[in-house]
Amino acid sequence: MKYETIIGLETHVELKTATKCFCSCPAEFGGEPNTHTCPTCTGMPGALPVLNKKVVEFAIKTGLALNCEIQRYNRFDRKNYFYPDLPKGYQISQLFLPICRGGYVDIETDGATKRIGITRIHIEEDAGKLIHSGASISDSDFSVVDYNRSSVPLIEIVSEPDLRSPQEARIFMEKLRSILEYIGVSDCKMQEGSLRCDANVSIRPPEQKEFGVRSEIKNLNSFRSVQRGIEYEQIRQAAVLDEGGKVIQETRTWDEEKGVTHSMRSKEEAHDYRYFPDPDLVPFVAEPEWVAKIAETLPELPDARKERLTGRLGLSAYDASGVIARLATADYFDEAMKHTGDAKAVANWILGDISAWLNSNNLEMRDFPVAAGNISAMINLINKGVLSSKLAKTVFEEMLKSGKAPAEIVREKGLEQISDAGALALAVEKIIKDNPKSAEDYKAGKDRALGFLVGQVMKETRGRANPEMINKLLREKLS
Amino acid sequence: MALYNLPAHELGNKLRKKEVSSVELTRGFLNRIAEVEPEIGAFVTLCGETALESAALVDAKIGRGEPIAPLAGIAGAIKDILCIKGVKTTCSSHILDNFIAPYDATVIAKLKQNDAVFIGKANMDEFAMGSTTETSYFKKTKNPWALDCTPGGSSGGSAASVAAGEAAWSLGSDTGGSIRQPASFTGTVGLKPTYGRVSRYGCVAFASSLDQVGPITRDVTDCALVLNAISGHCEHDSTSYNLAAPDFTKALTPDIKGMKIGVPKEYFGAGLDKMVEEKVRGAIKHLSGLGAEIVDVSLPHTEYAVATYYIIAPAEASANLARFDGVKYGYRAPGCRNLIEMTVKTRTQGFGNEVKRRIMLGTYVLSSGYYDAYYNKAMKVRTLIIEDFKKVFGKVDILACPTAPTTALPLGSMLDPLSIYMLDVYTIPVNMAGLPGISLPCGFSGGKPVGLQLIGRALDEMSVLRAAYTYEQSAGFHKTAAPLGGVSA
Repeated sequence: MKYETIIGLETHVELKTATKCFCSCPAEFGGEPNTHTCPTCTGMPGALPVLNKKVVEFAIKTGLALNCEIQRYNRFDRKNYFYPDLPKGYQISQLFLPICRGGYVDIETDGATKRIGITRIHIEEDAGKLIHSGASISDSDFSVVDYNRSSVPLIEIVSEPDLRSPQEARIFMEKLRSILEYIGVSDCKMQEGSLRCDANVSIRPPEQKEFGVRSEIKNLNSFRSVQRGIEYEQIRQAAVLDEGGKVIQETRTWDEEKGVTHSMRSKEEAHDYRYFPDPDLVPFVAEPEWVAKIAETLPELPDARKERLTGRLGLSAYDASGVIARLATADYFDEAMKHTGDAKAVANWILGDISAWLNSNNLEMRDFPVAAGNISAMINLINKGVLSSKLAKTVFEEMLKSGKAPAEIVREKGLEQISDAGALALAVEKIIKDNPKSAEDYKAGKDRALGFLVGQVMKETRGRANPEMINKLLREKLS
Repeated sequence: MALYNLPAHELGNKLRKKEVSSVELTRGFLNRIAEVEPEIGAFVTLCGETALESAALVDAKIGRGEPIAPLAGIAGAIKDILCIKGVKTTCSSHILDNFIAPYDATVIAKLKQNDAVFIGKANMDEFAMGSTTETSYFKKTKNPWALDCTPGGSSGGSAASVAAGEAAWSLGSDTGGSIRQPASFTGTVGLKPTYGRVSRYGCVAFASSLDQVGPITRDVTDCALVLNAISGHCEHDSTSYNLAAPDFTKALTPDIKGMKIGVPKEYFGAGLDKMVEEKVRGAIKHLSGLGAEIVDVSLPHTEYAVATYYIIAPAEASANLARFDGVKYGYRAPGCRNLIEMTVKTRTQGFGNEVKRRIMLGTYVLSSGYYDAYYNKAMKVRTLIIEDFKKVFGKVDILACPTAPTTALPLGSMLDPLSIYMLDVYTIPVNMAGLPGISLPCGFSGGKPVGLQLIGRALDEMSVLRAAYTYEQSAGFHKTAAPLGGVSA
């Protein structure tokens, strides 16, 4: 590409505290409209906010996990704008003094590690939700508003403009999700809006030092749309420059269906949010002792977990990355490892058959019905030669259906592998006798014929024969 | 003297001695309201029915021989800026004229626990923006001492109702003098507590860093009683002090021997009415005669206080009043075709001129490019004003000065907002520094009351109350009831 793309991401993360940011209403997703509400989160006249300390704790925890400096003196500001989903006419946020500054996240890109700077993390409250009578606000007769989400706590994580491709942006988001899941501060469900991101995108000719004029892309509601939206935007901006035009500073919105971005407002039309310190909330101090206590609660983070898997357990970097990306998967792996020593096999099953089954059923690891210990037990049966890899698939299917232990399934269905040399020799002799043409072909140097003969023996033994032994026996008999 | 002209603590004694019942007292106030309200116009909403119900409950308690709280069964007027569940709370604005509060303000909940009786919601300047109660959307309130004059503001209805015998006590709110100035104009006692002493939860916000709820009463004793009932930490207000309030009635001892009272020279400058100055200086002399030591002091940044206030208060107000958009409650302009039209028309039609003026001022000083020059600069000057007081309070215990530069002004006499703003020149600095301040009558000029202001250290309402009580008991101006020019008393 003849231009370099510069990307910075602003990620909004909904925190899974029990109660809202500034009142004691439940923060959980859903509920009948306007049932998780009170005078404070509906902006009743005279109502006041009181900070939920758990929100600060979660923000600090995130800051520590992203290697930030936690600021001691903290304050909230009001961000002023009118919209019906914003009941007070301002959002409580932190502009002047964000709680975390100067961190980083390491991502893997093209086999190398790249460090992406984190400029800041600040706390703010979410808005409510408008429900339009038509498809959009402009073609609706009326709209109604649900304040259940109003004042649910959010943190905004702002990255440095260190990302250089749509692919990197997506990897960064996925890494961020891993970390946030590990530390347990958010559900990170993009489809429910608990993880949302805006991208600042600009391009420049390689020889140019300064950044180009950027546009801000909103409505990137999935990992896929993060990548696609930025891909579209870099092409759009390149076309503008190639035609001798100038990219203008503006906010654009991503249209997932049409695969394009639309201009929302130019720099001139940008809101003046008139931020000022919120006089209803007293400044608070994050004492270093408190921060240290929160640091002690940090679990093993994705990078450390990956190191453990590639180091002591000997997994490849590729497999380890796959296993650790989602917390539920990584925990499933660890659980399985309590019952077997074969890390490679566990990883293969998780990244192979289990993932495939989850994908085809549109489910997540946390929904997977088979206990990790049963996967381990199955692997152990294979390794002991009791179960063939081929019949293991049958056992796997049966575990999904009945939840029974693999040994029980093997016994009930008579799937035990035949490794008795005498019994197998008889079967091998019978097949050679029944298929003289193939036997001759193999002897004449056609290796493919051996595969056919192996298949016939397997058929003869209803799949229970040990394939390695058949191979060996056939070669001996036909040599 | 008619019962309606007695202070609440005396009425309380009569209740406890069963000389009168709460229902009788409440009926007495309702009759008085029926008689004088057409002249005074102190109320936006009357709560006669619920008031009588509350009174009957107190009578039942007394009948069972149960102990009752000091304010139990005694009718008070509540400034219409405070939410009472199920009662209209309008802030004297068109934009809230149909708003029924779904919850109780903390001060109301506390007063309910004390079995107080709420007789009505008192008129005020719209959203407490004004110094004459004339910016009310509903009506003009008149001064019971001179019916052609304003009772002051913004808590004009609260002050007038007490002065006219329509309520025994009242609650106001004070952002730049809105309790003390009307108290001064109506010969009542008005106390603005230390910022954070009383919960703001349920008090519709004007300027959050300055607003404070407080009593307007007939005498200093009642002031202490009401303050006792409404003070204390509130879990819904992060700016409320997390400490137990003292028993303020302990301050009611007539003894100020050795108390150092500072007289700030900047509070006696140009613009101060000669007669007001004379009365206030007379009161200071009186305090000296009672054993206080008078010390001349200086608060050098006083002259910047009004200008600073008119940046900070509108800035906060511009955000606080953004919630009135026609979406959730209150007035919504009819016939709007889209969202922007609804917001613009609702606010254009719903707010009065003074409110709009301050929203625009506040929006301007917070705007990109002006924030540092105005808001940030004002916050720095505010710090200087706070420092002034800190220095002075190293030398003296309280300060004495006028509450307002004049006595009550004729209705409609000051159409120029800037001269109206100057009425608060002696009260605004006290809000800026978050200090307690009281106004109590110290004489009359042309038949209209003059107010003496006493200012204390943060959280030292005790010294302020003690000095006020000592002066009041000796000078006795609180005993004169308003004549209600022409209305039979």
